Amino acid sequence: MSSTSPSPLHLAVALDGTGWHPASWREPVARPRDLFTASYWADQVAEAERGLLDFVTFEDGLGLQSSHYGELDGRTDQVRGRLDAVLIAARIAPLTSHIGLVPTVVSTHTEPFHISKAIATLDYVSTGRAGVRVQLSARPHEADHFGRRTFEPISLESLRSEAGQERLAEHFDEAADYIEVVRRLWDSWEDDAEIRDVATGRFVDRDKLHYIDFEGRHFSVKGPSITPRPPQGQPVVSSLAHQTIPYRLVARATDIGYVTPHDTEEARAIVAEIRAEQEAAGRADEPLHIFGDLVVFLDDDEATAVARRERLDGLAGEPYTSDARIFAGTPAQLADLLQELQSTGLTGFRLRPAVAGHDLPAITQGLVPELQRRDAFRRAYEADTLRGLLGLARPANRYAAAAAAATA
Amino acid sequence: MSKPLKQIHLAAHFPGVNNTTVWSDPAAGSHIEFSSFAHFAKTAERAKFDFLFLAEGLRLREQGGKIYDLDVVGRPDTFTILAALAAVTEHLGLTGTINSTFNEPYEVARQFASLDHLSDGRAAWNVVTSWDAFTGENFRRGGFLPQDERYSRAKEFLATTNELFDSWHGDEILADQSTGTFLRDAKAGAFVHQGQHFDIHGQFNVPRSPQGRPVIFQAGDSDEGREFAASSADAIFSRYSTLDQGQAFYTDVKSRLAKYGRRSDQLLILPAATFVLGDTDAEAEDLAKEVRRQQVSGATAIKHLEFVWNRDLSSYDPDGPLPDIDPDVSDNHISKGRAQVRMYRDPLATAREWRELAAANKWSIRDLVIETGNRQAFIGSPSTVAKTINDFVQADASDGFILVPHITPSGLDPFADKVVPLLQEQGVFRTEYEGPTLRDHLGLTHPDEVRDERAAS
Repeated sequence: MSSTSPSPLHLAVALDGTGWHPASWREPVARPRDLFTASYWADQVAEAERGLLDFVTFEDGLGLQSSHYGELDGRTDQVRGRLDAVLIAARIAPLTSHIGLVPTVVSTHTEPFHISKAIATLDYVSTGRAGVRVQLSARPHEADHFGRRTFEPISLESLRSEAGQERLAEHFDEAADYIEVVRRLWDSWEDDAEIRDVATGRFVDRDKLHYIDFEGRHFSVKGPSITPRPPQGQPVVSSLAHQTIPYRLVARATDIGYVTPHDTEEARAIVAEIRAEQEAAGRADEPLHIFGDLVVFLDDDEATAVARRERLDGLAGEPYTSDARIFAGTPAQLADLLQELQSTGLTGFRLRPAVAGHDLPAITQGLVPELQRRDAFRRAYEADTLRGLLGLARPANRYAAAAAAATA
Repeated sequence: MSKPLKQIHLAAHFPGVNNTTVWSDPAAGSHIEFSSFAHFAKTAERAKFDFLFLAEGLRLREQGGKIYDLDVVGRPDTFTILAALAAVTEHLGLTGTINSTFNEPYEVARQFASLDHLSDGRAAWNVVTSWDAFTGENFRRGGFLPQDERYSRAKEFLATTNELFDSWHGDEILADQSTGTFLRDAKAGAFVHQGQHFDIHGQFNVPRSPQGRPVIFQAGDSDEGREFAASSADAIFSRYSTLDQGQAFYTDVKSRLAKYGRRSDQLLILPAATFVLGDTDAEAEDLAKEVRRQQVSGATAIKHLEFVWNRDLSSYDPDGPLPDIDPDVSDNHISKGRAQVRMYRDPLATAREWRELAAANKWSIRDLVIETGNRQAFIGSPSTVAKTINDFVQADASDGFILVPHITPSGLDPFADKVVPLLQEQGVFRTEYEGPTLRDHLGLTHPDEVRDERAAS
């Protein structure tokens, strides 16, 4: 594949509270008291849509936020509490027209049947702009909120041990089953199942409704869905990954993986690993986006951005660390970095604004025009669906294809 | 002294997946596109209705081992559609059915609390319970619940979600940017629940929503269901839309409130009601008859007869006489995923009675199903329907109605345009919303005030 101009990159923004820096809520632009209102989220997504971004993701979780992975931290100096991400996305959908809406869902304690129809419905209310970011929770205190399973204590360090890897593999196997069920349910209605045949009195052609008959280690689901196949056929599935086991899930089951390389070398290695897993999973021909995640502090000059980061670290009482690379600089410097990383095979980026009220508009009004000047980003929305924006075709229905093959 | 006029409460039920909904009518639109829901909700809000109501079903119905294909099939996810409707309405309450058997309290509580925040206080929950293994096949937990435990689980489920809603009091978020204190209390949302069905603890992660708790609806009709409503619900979605049955139900349920320390205005009785309007009463009657024939095609008549006979009757002619063979009274029912088939407690007696009726009136199978099926609750000119509705409410047969149009999504429009103005003229229905929340529309007290009242007494 060759081209004289650089291939356009895809841009998403990850929305989380007042921003990703834990002291972001203390900035005058932050609006921390509005976090539990629809208008706060409507304003954020409207800004992202003005910037022609591909989509926004909404963070979520089945417990209070914490600065420790495996347990609550009892802190009162950071944002705590949040609204259900699928419902925020649905609430915003009728107010927007082009941007993709990708809420986080936790697969560990929820029902794939419910989530499948929720995301299908999000696809209906957004007329084809729904996606989902699947996240799992191994946190014991979140399992206690459901009382159906008990998880051993966990920390990010403990996951690196052999036992930790086994446990991780088990959680990710469950997530893979979950995505499989969600996807089968989306296909459990063929597109033309609704016939409204007045002559015979039949509303649907039941031969075009399919039991999914999934049986796995953690759950069995019969189907079909109660919700007809959504406008995109298959809404976009995405997942964040930091190591081999999650890379494998990305490669086997998703349309977009979010990864966290800290330099081009690491980016190249991650892309190679995911592409190899993709091939091993027999999906080499299918499009799979790999997005780099970055936390961004954006200002008109680098010193201001760096100073802002330091000031926020001071307010937080400690330097901010992240799984993702933290960038502080100008829109032009960020554009340079994104293009450099893109050369390793990343197809897009999910930017995490350090301060939503500051860095989101800096992305849409600073970075986006800079990328447009370089012919590296769209100047208008070129499609009405999220799959369309991401260059993903509307997929054939697995059951319709099977039925056609059987009769051929 | 004459009784002051009661104010009527009105709600709109989005047409559902049963044969009330006439999908074959040329005016019938999509039952799944968002534009249909938006149209319906905007009509209800234009008419100053209290709320929109959305039902739920978690498995496609089957009959004779096959997916039932004669009615509308397919519906959206309740929470997702209600959250989207919050964006296109400002005042309308948003009531959804959510099953307490195939969900967990923590998740449902955060969804309702989120919906209440995102709608500025308009969320309501119709708590239903189920036990069937048939529906359970779609879920992790399966269909394990013994039938006699369904209310005990539903009650504990609701009590547990209330504990979660109440785990935040409303004053925890300080968000003081100068001092850096976001939360006033590190233990915000802390809860412990240990019971027969749920043993959970931790911290709830959605701060208190505008209504404190969603408004609670209950729809069960059994003695246990009525008791559950009297102890825990704000409103009952009942099925009695005739005057004498309505009054009996109303008196029975309201009389159960005192033992829970509740006043009679703390539980509203809102029956579901269908309607057909015409320019004149005679025209409406003709139209209603026609609608009933549309609702019961020959194929539908055979399927409905199978509810009672519990046998494959597909070889029978719907325009011919009733079957001579008797119903199969075995436990394994031909129809799955449907509540109303259990209404026929004695199928043999019902079959006998129906054969006699059909013979006496020279009814075919289809005639019989039409005639024994539900007549529309309100049939007439707009003034007749307005008067009938008002008379029902003033006679304490209900506190209002949940209207079920038979056409999606425009079936509510004529009611909004022609009947509501007449009720407003009579001073029995609001001309403007009095407050922002669904509790305001229903005249229900905020849970914080209820708690304060109980503490003071």
